[in-house]
Amino acid sequence: MNDKITMHYQVPADDFTRAGEASSSVKSKLKMMGVKPEIIRKVAIAMYEGEINMVIHASGGTIDVTVSQEEITIVLKDQGPGIEDIDQAMRAGFSTAPDNIRALGFGAGMGLPNMKKYTDELIIDSEIGKGTTVTMKVKLPTD
Amino acid sequence: MTIKDIKEILGGKLIVGEEWSDREVHTACGADMMSDVLAFMKDQSVLLTGLCNLQVIRTAEMMDVVCIVFVRGKMPDETMIQVAKEREIALITTGHRMFSACGMLYEKGLRGGATYK
Ligand SMILES: Nc1ncnc2c1ncn2[C@@H]1O[C@H](COP(=O)(O)OP(=O)(O)OP(=O)(O)O)[C@@H](O)[C@H]1O
Ligand SMILES: [Mg+2]
Repeated sequence: MNDKITMHYQVPADDFTRAGEASSSVKSKLKMMGVKPEIIRKVAIAMYEGEINMVIHASGGTIDVTVSQEEITIVLKDQGPGIEDIDQAMRAGFSTAPDNIRALGFGAGMGLPNMKKYTDELIIDSEIGKGTTVTMKVKLPTD
Repeated sequence: MTIKDIKEILGGKLIVGEEWSDREVHTACGADMMSDVLAFMKDQSVLLTGLCNLQVIRTAEMMDVVCIVFVRGKMPDETMIQVAKEREIALITTGHRMFSACGMLYEKGLRGGATYK
């Protein structure tokens, strides 16, 4: 398996019920590819947090996942409002989610710290009024 | 303890998972915020929750949960049932409240897993 495998997803806007479909699909595909369960778990949790963020804080977007020999890269791109202060957003407990989102079980301000915890690299590139691109990498064990 | 035992201890109804109700479970977690489940759950295999929407099933899927218990008589809808079947996640509903449901399972030997540090 020398080639890179890529997966592309469109995450619909304002459809909370469909949030997580992309992460679910990636999870099954990685399983079929024989990726180690502990790696799949990291990717699934980090990507799902990012996918949920896209739906509740921006108006959906696209997700590209690349699996190479060395690592799994997840790029989440949206054209939402952008993040004003990234350091603040990264702090555990910081959330701008409204009450209706909290009633759905999200908005504790734990997503971004969790994405950092479960990945080897997390880069957030955001511009107010333009959108946010989140890039995450999970290294694959070499054996 | 098995999934079937959980159903019996809680006097609940098994909505999904009859076929694999013999699966063993050792630890559980109770939460209404999926944010917390994603951030703090470790390797617990049972999730007790009072929240009832599709994201509960999705969250459980990401965390490799094998059984979800809906407390306070919450009933999953058709879509939730469908996704749970596909992902082989058992669904149980019980009339007990969160505190009682957790206590009843704890009494019978189900544990919470590692302490959070
Ligand atoms: N894609 C995004 N576009 C715009 N703002 C975002 C985006 N992702 C995160 N944010 C901002 O960063 C804050 C923190 O995000 P984080 O995921 O940590 O918490 P949350 O989504 O509010 O709650 P939780 O993830 O616990 O459900 C959000 O409340 C929001 O203000
Ligand atoms: Mg979030």
